[in-house]
Amino acid sequence: MFRTALRNLLAHKTRLMMTALAVLLGTAFVSGTLVFSDSVGSAFRNKTAKSLDDVAVSVTPGRPSTDSKDGVLDARVVDKVRALPGVTSVRPSVGGAATVADRNNDPAGSQWGSSGANYVPGEDGKDSRYPLKSGRGPASADEIALDTRTAEKTGAKLGDTVRLAIDGPVMTKTLVGTVGTDDPRVGAGGSLALFDTATAQKLFGKPGEFGELVVSAAPGTDQNALTRQVEAALPDGFEAQSGKQLAAEQAKAIDKETGSIRNTLLVFAGISLFVGVFIIANTFTMLIAQRTREIALLRAVGASRRQVVRSVLVEAGLLGLVASAIGFVLGLGMAVGLRSVLDAGGAELPDGPLVVEPTAAASALAVGVLVTVVAAWLPSRKAARIAPVEALASVDQAPAPRGLVVRNSIGAVLTGLGVAIMLYVTTLRDSGGLTAAMAGSALTLAGVIVLAPLLSRPFVTLFGKVTGRMTGVSGRLAKENALRNPRRTAATASALMIGLTLITGLTVAAVSANQGVDRMGQQDLTADYKVSSTSYLGLSPDVAKKLAGQPGVAAAVPVRMIGFQTNGEPTGVQATDLAALGKVTDLRVTSGSLTGVRGADSVAVAEPYARKHGLKIGSTVPMDFYDGQKAKPRVAAVYAKNDVLVDVLGTPALVDPHLDRVRDDAVYLKAAPGQAGKLPAEIKKTMGGNPIIKVESQDDLRRESAGSIDSVLYLMYGLLGMAVVIAVIGVVNTLAMSVFERTREIGMLRAIGLARTGVKQMVRLESVMIAMFGAVLGVGVGIFLAWSGGHLLRSSFPEYEMVVPWARIGIFLLLALAVGVLAAVWPARRASRLDVLTSIGTQ
Amino acid sequence: MSSHRTATPTRVAARATGLSKVYGHGETQVRALDAVSVEFRRGEFTAIMGPSGSGKSTLMHCMAGLDSVSSGSAQIGEAELASLDDRRLTRLRRDKIGFVFQAFNLLPTLTALENITLPMDIAGRKPDAQWLNMVVDTVGLSGRLAHRPSQLSGGQQQRVAVARALAAQPEIIFADEPTGNLDSRSGAELLGFLHESVRALQQTIVMVTHDPVAASYADRVIFLADGRIVDEMREPTADAVLDRMRRLPGGNPRTPEFEAKGRTS
Repeated sequence: MFRTALRNLLAHKTRLMMTALAVLLGTAFVSGTLVFSDSVGSAFRNKTAKSLDDVAVSVTPGRPSTDSKDGVLDARVVDKVRALPGVTSVRPSVGGAATVADRNNDPAGSQWGSSGANYVPGEDGKDSRYPLKSGRGPASADEIALDTRTAEKTGAKLGDTVRLAIDGPVMTKTLVGTVGTDDPRVGAGGSLALFDTATAQKLFGKPGEFGELVVSAAPGTDQNALTRQVEAALPDGFEAQSGKQLAAEQAKAIDKETGSIRNTLLVFAGISLFVGVFIIANTFTMLIAQRTREIALLRAVGASRRQVVRSVLVEAGLLGLVASAIGFVLGLGMAVGLRSVLDAGGAELPDGPLVVEPTAAASALAVGVLVTVVAAWLPSRKAARIAPVEALASVDQAPAPRGLVVRNSIGAVLTGLGVAIMLYVTTLRDSGGLTAAMAGSALTLAGVIVLAPLLSRPFVTLFGKVTGRMTGVSGRLAKENALRNPRRTAATASALMIGLTLITGLTVAAVSANQGVDRMGQQDLTADYKVSSTSYLGLSPDVAKKLAGQPGVAAAVPVRMIGFQTNGEPTGVQATDLAALGKVTDLRVTSGSLTGVRGADSVAVAEPYARKHGLKIGSTVPMDFYDGQKAKPRVAAVYAKNDVLVDVLGTPALVDPHLDRVRDDAVYLKAAPGQAGKLPAEIKKTMGGNPIIKVESQDDLRRESAGSIDSVLYLMYGLLGMAVVIAVIGVVNTLAMSVFERTREIGMLRAIGLARTGVKQMVRLESVMIAMFGAVLGVGVGIFLAWSGGHLLRSSFPEYEMVVPWARIGIFLLLALAVGVLAAVWPARRASRLDVLTSIGTQ
Repeated sequence: MSSHRTATPTRVAARATGLSKVYGHGETQVRALDAVSVEFRRGEFTAIMGPSGSGKSTLMHCMAGLDSVSSGSAQIGEAELASLDDRRLTRLRRDKIGFVFQAFNLLPTLTALENITLPMDIAGRKPDAQWLNMVVDTVGLSGRLAHRPSQLSGGQQQRVAVARALAAQPEIIFADEPTGNLDSRSGAELLGFLHESVRALQQTIVMVTHDPVAASYADRVIFLADGRIVDEMREPTADAVLDRMRRLPGGNPRTPEFEAKGRTS
């Protein structure tokens, strides 16, 4: 029977081509994802491993924020470690975030990769960690060295000045050298600024203190033993880790990171494969129907049912194997493509070669074969039911369509259950119903897929009425053809529906969220500008002071936040200038008074928070700060919920003692009357082109949040695109196989006078009907799921209200129409070119 | 709707003049038709007979515009088929020719009535209701018009095909072994209808067949052998036809009834 399967596969090469393509694309997505994540992971690992090459032991202060003297890494500790046997060198380093200005005064590096460190000259006056590319290392407070890429971005040559900022005012330094680095953050789009040690200490820590000691040892030294020695030599309050340990830790973190990217991508690959299942199942159903007589003959000459089933499954397995082998190769190209897509999305991945693990190849093949065989399983049961006597039938009798009663009942139950769950979800107030919503969505989608044959009849009939009127007999024939086999039409449309459900649902959610964010911003923010930092460090309070003194500024209100826990529940308290707060936000105090919030022993709380915790004026809020200290301030005022502010407001006196470094998260600006327009340019001027200062108007803020939602949405479109492409292949496949099945009919139609164009139109209209059916179902289900699921956002995002972007959904439907026309091009051409005589002839 | 019939002055519905059809090249060349000249007169029921490979199906296909002609001329009415491109040929088949094939004449998705009016639907014409009723009555399908082909017997399906061919009032109807797939009673019935439609409805029918009994329903039988017309018989009887067939070059000694069952076209 294996030979039969193989022969069948070869005999139906062209008919199976589209199916193979569907499997191929699905497995390409899987293998592309795996190869991509392996490659990125290995590139990251290589980079970090390289940067840890000469690290035998790393010593860091255990708790950086304690005042106690034992956690301070100073010269004495350095000497102590250097004196240990086996230690060849100790490199004391200190570093942190530093933002270098490029030619346009924008940050030269990415937000999380803009770093600064000290240059540690060895005996030869050079720092082996940062090999010089030109010039020399920085030796005094006004000198700086940059990595070569960043130096290029600033446009500065040796001897020119470079501007940079940490968290406060802009500084100028003279560029004295450029260096190479294997710091993975720099490789991934960051920037590196090097200072002499004293300057770096001043900028990033305290004079005389280091952030880390990198201990190098003679080759062959046992790292673990040395680590224990270092630990023993130092007092408490330090942490010593071997280089291997560090590498392992980082590798773990990298694996976790790439693992989550991989899993996200695999979800989309899974969707594509799931869509492929419909096409595979459709193909095998049609192949078996077309091959009824052959199979009956096999049965007549003695093949058992099981052998027939096995031969179908073997055929599917072989198809899956061939397709996924090619898919795997295509996946390599896809890995490269994915990388550039994500890079364009700002993912900043390190460079590195493609890494092809055998497991990636094995999983791609396994997935491809498994999916194909599973999809062919149901059709193979149908093959088993073919009776030997059918071999003798002189006329190809179309098998009597099986009743849809069972299927419809199952579909109705599934859909009913799914819709009921989703309606229940709409009554929920918080995000706790996420699991229910996911289950409800899956059930609804599955139910509609099962019901699709039933739904296809009214849809196609209605659609056929419209097109029949416009196109006459071709439209009517197309309608009848689409209705002829509801399961086939439904399966083909379902494949498209899955993609469109997700696309529509995500689009509705994203557009609604954008509008919600819009409303939120407009609602409470009365400031003209928000000034914040491009660095994650925040802004030094000097910036707020300077802004307050800026001509044209009516009010500059800084806010900074510290996290705390109340009975284990994490919250944040914001410190701000409470007197001026009302100028930048629409703050409505509902009881008490903000003037009562004074010192470290009183706060104001938002109404929902007060309600949730049963707080009234005079009650106390227990606060456990993360530095281990506690506070019990009194509630002096309650204010209406405000989207600019968090739920608890206090004074700097309450917040600042718990901050590592006092930095503002943002400064809200209210311009003096008539001054708003020119303010950003003037701020830029007074700040001296400071790369960390970002001034955003309300419109900018809105655009920014909309932009981030949109870019996620477009990424989703891209990832779901594969599922849609596979669905389109499915439409092509169904049509091509239908044309093949209906060869005789088409020949007869041509003989009695249907022109080639009429045949083409008939196939094209059937295709459009199928595509539109899938699209309409998908859009409908998508909107329903977005509407019901959206209720989960009501508590955390009260401004969320569902908005259906009809224009965009209209575009989806038009695209589906285009897909229908496009998918029919090849099958329609084949149908119209059929030779009349051979078609009617002796099949 | 019968304007074309009165507008054509000739009594000839279709004519072949020196018609040749050659398949293949060089060594493998097959001359399926060798300078055949024949006329099919209006209102006449002609049967074309001949052994397998005699070229009778090829003659029909060439006359019906389904196959191209190597040399000579094939005319339907005044139209010279060789001069028509695919589009015009399709239109000619639609408007001037009716077809009845051995099997698979009908679209399974359409009802009997929809199948009957299909050529007119394709042309975007309204069927002539009176004529349609007459046709439907003649072939005895009145009660079955709303049925799908799968709900009809083989004989009924062929009658629907005949009704379709008649309904558009074509210049000429070509029937290719129309009884080939039917049992003898249904076959006899169908031939009766064909005969009747020539008589009562003044139609022109050309039928390719193997079956001397089928041929005996015709007004005239043309015998083909090796791509040439070798004989012609008027007012045929089954015995006379069978007798003539036996004497044809390449004539098959097997009993024609048996052969007709196994043949496809």
